[in-house]
Amino acid sequence: MLDGITRSLRAIGHRVIFSIWRMGVATRFFWLTLLQSGIVLRRPMLVIKEIFSAGVLSLIIILVSGLFVGMVLGLQGYDTLQTYGSEEALGILVALSLVRELGPVVAALLFASRAGSAITAEIGLMKATEQIAAMEMMAVDPVARVVAPRFWGAVISMPLLAALFSAMGIFGGYLVGVVLIGVDEGAFWSQMQAAVDFRDDILNGVIKSVVFGVAVTIIALFEGYDAPPTAEGVSRATTRTVVTSSLAILALDFILTAFMFHGV
Amino acid sequence: MSDNLVEIRDLYFAYSADRMVLQGINLTARRGQVVAIMGNSGCGKTTLFRLIGGALRPTRGILKVDGVSMGELDQAGLYRLRRRMGILFQFGALFTDMTVFDNVAFQLREHTDLPEEVIRDLVLMKLNAVGLRGAQDLLPSELSGGMARRVALARAIALDPALIMYDEPFAGLDPISLGVAGNLIRRLTDTLGLTSLVVTHDVQESLKIVDYVYFVSEGVIVAEGTPAEIKASELPYVHQFVHGEEDGPVPFHYPAADYSRDLELAHA
Repeated sequence: MLDGITRSLRAIGHRVIFSIWRMGVATRFFWLTLLQSGIVLRRPMLVIKEIFSAGVLSLIIILVSGLFVGMVLGLQGYDTLQTYGSEEALGILVALSLVRELGPVVAALLFASRAGSAITAEIGLMKATEQIAAMEMMAVDPVARVVAPRFWGAVISMPLLAALFSAMGIFGGYLVGVVLIGVDEGAFWSQMQAAVDFRDDILNGVIKSVVFGVAVTIIALFEGYDAPPTAEGVSRATTRTVVTSSLAILALDFILTAFMFHGV
Repeated sequence: MSDNLVEIRDLYFAYSADRMVLQGINLTARRGQVVAIMGNSGCGKTTLFRLIGGALRPTRGILKVDGVSMGELDQAGLYRLRRRMGILFQFGALFTDMTVFDNVAFQLREHTDLPEEVIRDLVLMKLNAVGLRGAQDLLPSELSGGMARRVALARAIALDPALIMYDEPFAGLDPISLGVAGNLIRRLTDTLGLTSLVVTHDVQESLKIVDYVYFVSEGVIVAEGTPAEIKASELPYVHQFVHGEEDGPVPFHYPAADYSRDLELAHA
């Protein structure tokens, strides 16, 4: 009995220590990536290529999801607002929900599962097939050549994708609210224009998406770089990237929101 | 300039304190030689390669490449020395997102400021040397195993290194590719003035092309000599290895409990 308790306590302690240790390693990896980022300025083509694979290739899923989320917001918002006879405020509701919350958060979640998992799998497989080792043996630092360009490519892409997601969502809300249901078009746009503040809403949304972008990308890169060089190891690392970064996005969102909107 | 490109004296190495992988290796590779390191799987050959390449540091002993002691190098010094080494990984380790041409051009682009026309000429020359100039636009996924290794060889000689290390260059090749690979190693060593270290367990193929052979077993060198000496050797281990005998100093059976007891025949 006592033996069992000690054993389980020890197991818990081991897990906690291991997680903290891993976070330390990841932080050190993040720091190394930043130190090796000079290559981004020396050879911008490397980053442009990564912006293509992380950003441009994620466009379809981001745009389509944004449109649908906006359309659902239009329907749900209209349904609630008309009970109070204020359906003209639909524009405000759609725009603020998207710009402050849904844009950065949902875009980041989609980005984690589309681009983040791809980054982890690619780097994990490069490691499994000894491409990373080969690079080291050719006196090329893989953190500078492989990791840093991917980091900056993804971090630059993320706020742009979030902005496009919000824009598409507002268009979706417009389609459902104004075109389909018949909310007054002038009220929809003018109320939105009056209520959405550049600094409090848009800029805060952009800050959120940048923070999420950094978190998702560094998790994806670290999991790939740290993956055991086997088929099973890479598949586990890919799953962990999606799970860990989704949790990180939601937790960071709460913290950032608490700081940003506490006075409102 | 010393005559020996690689010089190893009393080298010990352990991954963890309780298990020594290499226990006092002595090995020399003279300039211009092809030297084979043979031994059964798990004997420490690959570890030895990683030590020479500077991916691991010796626990004890002397390891010199081109007169430079590997144990004392910092990161920058190590990277400088590695530009003079090429390593051929077992399955080539080509960059899968680049064409054959870009793979061979990789080091030239990373380490030199040569104009693109010069790089193009150099790459085509290296590809021609391995007979794959016509495959320059293919992706690694479109190559056979033997071709991929030849591309990797072209990539390894791109910066005209002094030393090339081959990790199992013959594993999994058909007889034609096998002969091609063997002859290529010999020819490149002679024409480019390289020194080659070949880790292999393909006895017949490698004895045709090498100048000197070291046999490693359990982390020590158990035999060495020229191919003629090795073929004539009466040492039990070498004899078993060269002739591919099932049982001998290296047992067929993994250590196990008594067979009859395992089958529970003792009760009968």
